[in-house]
Amino acid sequence: MNAEIRPIRTPAEQALIAELGGLPAGTDRLADLRRAAARSFEEHGLPHRRVEEWKYTDLRTLMRDAVPVAGTAAVAEADARARALREVEVRRIVVANGAVVPELSDLAGLEEGLTITTLAGAIASGDEVLSRIGGILPGRYDAALALNTALAKDGVVLTVAPGVSIARPIHVAHVFAGDAAAASYARSLVVVGAGAKLTYVESFEGPEAIAYQANSATEFVVGDEAHLDVVRLQQDGGSAFHLSTILFDVGRHAQVHAFTFATGASVARTSLYATLSGDASHVGFNGAALLKGRQHSDSTLFVDHQVPGCESRELFKTVLDDSSRGVFQGKIVVRQAAQKTDGRMMSRALLLGEDAEMDNKPELEIFADDVACGHGATCGDIDEELLFYLRARGIPLKEAQSLLVQAFVGEAIETVEHDGLREALVEQAEAWLKARG
Amino acid sequence: MAMLDIDNLHAKIDGDEGQEILKGLSLKVNPGEVHAIMGPNGSGKSTLSYILAGKEDYEVTDGSVTLDGEDLLEMEIDERAAKGVFLAFQYPVEVPGVATMTFLRSALNAQRKKRGEAEISTPDFLRLVRDKAANLGISQDMLRRGVNVGFSGGEKKRAEILQMAILEPKLCILDETDSGLDIDALKVVSEGVNALRSPDRAMIVITHYQRLLNHIVPDFVHVMHKGRIVRSGGKELALELEANGYAEYQQDAA
Ligand SMILES: Nc1ncnc2c1ncn2[C@@H]1O[C@H](COP(=O)(O)OP(=O)(O)OP(=O)(O)O)[C@@H](O)[C@H]1O
Ligand SMILES: [Mg+2]
Repeated sequence: MNAEIRPIRTPAEQALIAELGGLPAGTDRLADLRRAAARSFEEHGLPHRRVEEWKYTDLRTLMRDAVPVAGTAAVAEADARARALREVEVRRIVVANGAVVPELSDLAGLEEGLTITTLAGAIASGDEVLSRIGGILPGRYDAALALNTALAKDGVVLTVAPGVSIARPIHVAHVFAGDAAAASYARSLVVVGAGAKLTYVESFEGPEAIAYQANSATEFVVGDEAHLDVVRLQQDGGSAFHLSTILFDVGRHAQVHAFTFATGASVARTSLYATLSGDASHVGFNGAALLKGRQHSDSTLFVDHQVPGCESRELFKTVLDDSSRGVFQGKIVVRQAAQKTDGRMMSRALLLGEDAEMDNKPELEIFADDVACGHGATCGDIDEELLFYLRARGIPLKEAQSLLVQAFVGEAIETVEHDGLREALVEQAEAWLKARG
Repeated sequence: MAMLDIDNLHAKIDGDEGQEILKGLSLKVNPGEVHAIMGPNGSGKSTLSYILAGKEDYEVTDGSVTLDGEDLLEMEIDERAAKGVFLAFQYPVEVPGVATMTFLRSALNAQRKKRGEAEISTPDFLRLVRDKAANLGISQDMLRRGVNVGFSGGEKKRAEILQMAILEPKLCILDETDSGLDIDALKVVSEGVNALRSPDRAMIVITHYQRLLNHIVPDFVHVMHKGRIVRSGGKELALELEANGYAEYQQDAA
């Protein structure tokens, strides 16, 4: 029997298992959840290339060293590190080394119908909102999420009351502060009531030269007819390990758009799980990644159509310079009940570097018979005809390439509805191109 | 000294073992002159224009091309543009996601920079584009789109001439700019081209139809056949070709 085989654990896995062994006792639901997550990690460990969903991002090989859990960040350093989107008018909450920093967070004067607490605070007060944490299940073992569930002690817990529209985006700025490699875990929960409206932003930053590990997970519970826009900016330091999970449960007639813009980290993996549980919702999960050097960036999506009449759209653009590596895995599942599903997924990659590599794996799994679904993936160099046209008008090679790359990622960035955020992302793409020289 | 001096040019597709497309083509163009090139399909007219603009798909196997005495073939594509070479494409491409205004401005400023001139100011640029676009009947809506995106065939040709009017090149190469234009558009575009005629600017106008040459009256007409110029004359040569076709050259070649 398989169960009898004790797999050999890597030093990183052993250290993580030791960390999990120190979990505090407790009898509440959250403590049970943590223990279950810890047990599943002990059983399965870090995924490797033979685990389908991690085929191209072999965590067991990539995550050589386990690092200790990060201590409390110095407020001044956290403040200095949180640079992202300063120019955009938002309500900012800073999460440093996995803990909300009240001194840097704008928690006063909340709009009517908006509540924001911290996970640590909710645990301390036994807030009933905790019953929703861990409510969205990925439907399969996910090592990054299991570690997060077991080890995260803090994060943001936010609710928007039914029917309330929050105009000012909420920006949760995750930063790593410190001068030694350490691991941070942050767990957040966002509950958008029926008919409510919210724009939620996550950013990730940290020092360039420290091999820290940032693990974050956010659950979004989206009520019927609610409208949620999520914008994510992954700019972790170039030596960092970024593991993030976002999970959605989408109610009927709801509209959800999520956009992830990634230029950071040495190794990054973002997993998105969406359960469409109310009929006739519209979701759009889009992204753009700009990679250079030896960066590795993986976007893996799992969209589960459980009910009839939902529409899902995915558009991911990846630009790969030098010898960077990009991964896109997207799976749309259409359950038998989910008739009239309309699902479309597209991943496009542009190779700038000779040694760059892209792995695209879009998949459809359809059990209903009356659906319109499609997927596609492309991977190629910059179009020589277009390049020639621009150069023939006097535009130098690098500038012509930049214009075409910007146009390429621009098609995805355009899906961001909020003007200020969209413009900020366009500027980030420009800055990346400028740094390329 | 001729502005453009093409001498015994031989060229083939790069990396191709096959036949040469240009087989010893010579042509001298002086400032102020308009040269028309006519010739059957596949005779190498577009190939010549691409080679002058610097397209990398071709390999020059013999001969030379100079612009104001400088070796044109040694120059980068954008360097040629900055020196004043402009090709109005037979089939202009669409560049989705690159705004027309951004494109025009990048091109103009890049050329200016390479020539050691200052960048154009925003108000000056906007005025320049507005004036030139109005003359060519190009709407503000078209300018707001991506470069050539969703333009009809005729609109693309007009847009090429707009670019030419804005960039004010020294050597204009028009590859079948008349094809796809309706009768009124042909007039508008021809007027646009004529407005650019000047003593220090030269033009090479590639066309299949004598009609264009009623509007843009050439100083010289050349017949291109199988990669060479086989006959040159004045504007009346175009009328003769219109009447007789290229049969006589086909026989010569056979
Ligand atoms: N990139 C290419 N690959 C293969 N063959 C080519 C290429 N470019 C040109 N040719 C060939 O070279 C010859 C000349 O083509 P070219 O387009 O220059 O002709 P043209 O005189 O412009 O014709 P038309 O009047 O139809 O526009 C043709 O036989 C064409 O098929
Ligand atoms: Mg041609």
